Amino acid sequence: MTTNDDSSIFVGVDVGASHTKVAILNSEKRLVGHSVRKSGTDFTDSAEICLKSALEMANALGKKIVRCVSTGYGRKNVPFSQGTKTEIGCHARGCYHYFPMAMTIVDIGGQDNKVIKLDDKGRRLSFKMNRKCAAGTGAFLEEMSVRLEIPLEDMDALAEGAENMVELGSYCTVFSATEVLGKIRQGEKVPDIVKGLFFSVIKRVLEMDSLTDRVAMTGGVVAHNPYLVNMVEEITEREILVPEYPQLTGAVGAALFAMEEGG
Amino acid sequence: MSEEKKTTRRQIAAAKTLKKFMADYFYEMDNAAKTGSQKIAWCTSVGPAELLRGMGFLVYYPENHGAMLGATRMSTELIPYTNALGYSPDICSYLTCDVGSYIQKKTPLTMAYNIESVPRPDVLVFNTNQCRDVQDWFAWYSRELNVPLVGVYTHRDIGEIRDYEIKDIASQIEDLVPKLEAVTGEKLDMDRFKEAVGQSRRTSELWRACLEASAALPSPWTFFDATIHMAPAVVSRGTKEANDYYELLLPELQQRVKNGVAAVEGEKHRLYWEGMPIWGKLRALSEQFYSLKTCVVASTYCNSWIFDQLDPDEPFESMAMAYTEIFIVRDEPYKEQYITDCYNKFKFDGILFHDAKTCPNNSNNRYGMPERLSKKLGIPVLTINGDLCDLRCYSEEQAKTNIEAFIEQLEEK
Repeated sequence: MTTNDDSSIFVGVDVGASHTKVAILNSEKRLVGHSVRKSGTDFTDSAEICLKSALEMANALGKKIVRCVSTGYGRKNVPFSQGTKTEIGCHARGCYHYFPMAMTIVDIGGQDNKVIKLDDKGRRLSFKMNRKCAAGTGAFLEEMSVRLEIPLEDMDALAEGAENMVELGSYCTVFSATEVLGKIRQGEKVPDIVKGLFFSVIKRVLEMDSLTDRVAMTGGVVAHNPYLVNMVEEITEREILVPEYPQLTGAVGAALFAMEEGG
Repeated sequence: MSEEKKTTRRQIAAAKTLKKFMADYFYEMDNAAKTGSQKIAWCTSVGPAELLRGMGFLVYYPENHGAMLGATRMSTELIPYTNALGYSPDICSYLTCDVGSYIQKKTPLTMAYNIESVPRPDVLVFNTNQCRDVQDWFAWYSRELNVPLVGVYTHRDIGEIRDYEIKDIASQIEDLVPKLEAVTGEKLDMDRFKEAVGQSRRTSELWRACLEASAALPSPWTFFDATIHMAPAVVSRGTKEANDYYELLLPELQQRVKNGVAAVEGEKHRLYWEGMPIWGKLRALSEQFYSLKTCVVASTYCNSWIFDQLDPDEPFESMAMAYTEIFIVRDEPYKEQYITDCYNKFKFDGILFHDAKTCPNNSNNRYGMPERLSKKLGIPVLTINGDLCDLRCYSEEQAKTNIEAFIEQLEEK
């Protein structure tokens, strides 16, 4: 690790239950390198591979790292970090960096969701995480893509191309899967079912808390399914703010904390 | 950052005496069960213990056993045996783990005291002031062991307590007398009964004083300490021995206050715990809060064994009042005012609500109370999902992250 100068970089590592993300900021808070890969079973290994890849993208050397902060489910498994913050704190910090205003942040992750409310100074007023249930998370869509034999990456286009939407009433992922099979038997079209699955995710998230005027969405599900954001805009009748790299929001927040603590 | 910081919590010296106290309590009961030297009543934790003591019963509390099953983490593997009998995984996990313990003939008393089984009851006595589950729980044992079952049915969701409610409960307690006399074979000795009520009142005063020591800055002990040291107030109220214990504990706490000794070194944040303890995770949670320099200073749960109204001169009426005015029996406005009063006394800067999956009666987050209190008191609130004994309902990682994030939030203020 090095002392701070113009070529200094600050690293945020977000080891999520599903994916590991690394963000590298330069001393002007510009995102100069980033990387995403599945967290797998060895969080330490994933974090190291992601860092290497992000450093290559930033064309920077490890010795220029002033400080690294880790976050996410595996935040304690990053041996090269000097500090940890929760993913709630990092999503708030990262999102406020892009949108400095009072807002509600809705993060849809692989295994959990967060709804965080910030004041106009970026301070957390409240937060809620989903209960111990996969409904409304990326895991729900992953499970359904397997059941429907549709590649996960095809779901967004299918939902967008739907002519109608099949509404699913079940709360639970297992019950929803049974319900989906019933809809297939009834001859419902697959795109209409996929749009119904998106709607189910949105319902689960929106029932977690009330929304304020300004709403931002982050997380891997949003990154890979932009049509889901369009649906939220329609349902909530408001423009939804989305950072350039929604999946990296937590990692960017961690890098910003690294800068504040080490810069 | 590969390892979490290990912590060393400050020990309470009276804990050694407590250990012996609990051992003596269970050995006396075990001996009576084996020899028939004294009748044994099973009682719900806020049941009419003073009457039972006054009538010469030894009193055993299945809820205390449930808490021990939870704390030793035996509960989660025992619950499914009761589920298989038709008792839902969604009902009280004290009930389901305790019955599972009976079915499987496994009890933490064996490991702790080399006692083979819980003492066989001569009578089962409940009060529904906590919930309906207690009567179903005791009814199972009544059928299984062919033991008489008697109880008190308390009014629920009470705001202002009315005379007719107290008269009703007092007469229900009085109606227990002939049924209990049939078990003991002796007439109720009113002097002995009044003596037990007087002792219990003293237990309550001492226990209240111990809990209120946490109003000091910094707090001399934590909610997690209190969940252990409350045992005599639960299982032995109405006895001189319980009072002797608190006469020992209270000066230790007062001395800590006088010397500015903090239970949590460098206490930065103070929280209130609303809801049931998560028995199998007391240590883990205590250590997490310690490492976050946060002291959980007060709780509704530990306050539940304060019975200010007990009066030896009016034993039936005062018991009726004492066991009706407790938090769990009351309506939402009363509960909100109660926590507000605690806020003014204990000066905490956040409230943690435990939503216990199998204990709706003691999960006060479900009807918007956290949001209302947050707005009223201007402090943040957090709800964590878990359970008192069924650790299948608890996601430790998620709870830890929530707590850590909550403390981060307090630090942003």
